[in-house]
Amino acid sequence: MNHDTVWQILLNTVLPGNFVLAMFLGMCPFLGVSQKLSTAFPMGLATAFVIMVASLSAYFLNILLVHFHLEFLSVITFITVIAGAVQLVEMFVKKYFPVLFRALGIYLPLITTNCAVLGVALFQTARQYDFVQSVAYSAGGGAGFTLALILMAGLRERLQLADVPQLVQGAALSLMLGGLLSLAFMGFAGIGGGE
Amino acid sequence: MSTPEKKAPSNMDELLDGLWKQNPIFVMVLGMCPTLAVTVSAINSISMGLATTFVLAASCLLVSLLRNAIPKEVRIASFIVIIATFVTVVDYAIQAISLDLYEALGAYIKLIVANCILLGRAEAHAAKTPPIPATLNAFGMGIGFTIGLLAIGGVREILGAGKLFGISLFGPHFQPWVVMVLPPGGFFVLACWLIVFAWFKQNKANKSKPQQGCHTTPTTEGSRA
Repeated sequence: MNHDTVWQILLNTVLPGNFVLAMFLGMCPFLGVSQKLSTAFPMGLATAFVIMVASLSAYFLNILLVHFHLEFLSVITFITVIAGAVQLVEMFVKKYFPVLFRALGIYLPLITTNCAVLGVALFQTARQYDFVQSVAYSAGGGAGFTLALILMAGLRERLQLADVPQLVQGAALSLMLGGLLSLAFMGFAGIGGGE
Repeated sequence: MSTPEKKAPSNMDELLDGLWKQNPIFVMVLGMCPTLAVTVSAINSISMGLATTFVLAASCLLVSLLRNAIPKEVRIASFIVIIATFVTVVDYAIQAISLDLYEALGAYIKLIVANCILLGRAEAHAAKTPPIPATLNAFGMGIGFTIGLLAIGGVREILGAGKLFGISLFGPHFQPWVVMVLPPGGFFVLACWLIVFAWFKQNKANKSKPQQGCHTTPTTEGSRA
């Protein structure tokens, strides 16, 4: 049904259609965990991994749901699978990277309620991507999310030394930065050959 | 969703909590994805806000009723399934009521599941409170969320399209600020609202203790999301 090539999808989701900066998916970690580069990067990777797992499971789940005419259960099944995948990542990080586990804190289990993860599953179903396209979409989405998080963390590290008016500090400043980044990413529009 | 207004003052407090003191958007900075994504116009904002309010109130009621039946270990998973059920209901209801609206909001209706406000309320409040105050609190939060969305959506529609609720405001010679209806506009408008709120708070703090200099009042918003 959908004829986008793999490269188109990949480019589109990383740059002009960036999950965070163009589609507003995954705003919570984008604003919450982007204070330091050292936590932003692993958080990006963990989320990218969950996005990948969620996308793959959503693809097969969707085949199953369509086969049994149970499409109305899609939201419930997707979110349950995602919650399971997040639990897996959490246990893995806790065992092998305990320092990182403490640094990420509450935001690690919150990947479950990361819109980017559920968003991938829903959008790929809505656009009727086939298997290869779904993989490209989720890989691009994860990479784009990591990229946005890293850029944001870099900017915020610099700004810690800047003299910012007291009123603007905190969330407002992060949102301003997000807006500027988003404006910059609009410059990539059309690079993936459009929709 | 009728709320009994003539309850004990404590219930009234529960209801009003989310409107101002703990407004989910401007004070807690939660649920940013739909906040920024669907607030291109005022009408989209209201429908999104009402849909979220319904899901919030209904799921908090159910969570609160079941709070003694759900084992502690699987509570998050149970909450999510409850929330997802009501989101599915809303999704199909909107599809039946208005197909245009359904297409305008797109997958963001289903993404209500992943809204931090819902799980946050269920976990932090509804799981510990009896049904009536829990529902009132959730309803207040939902209305507060709707007001926040409307504040952002209204500004974006007025500046970005020169309209409000589809009615043209400035006549045909108005040059719309297209950037406002594009993604960056969402970031900028929300940032400006946060600054306005921080300013109000600082003024209030300065008035309450006029002898001290304004530098001693820590009024920064916590940067949590």
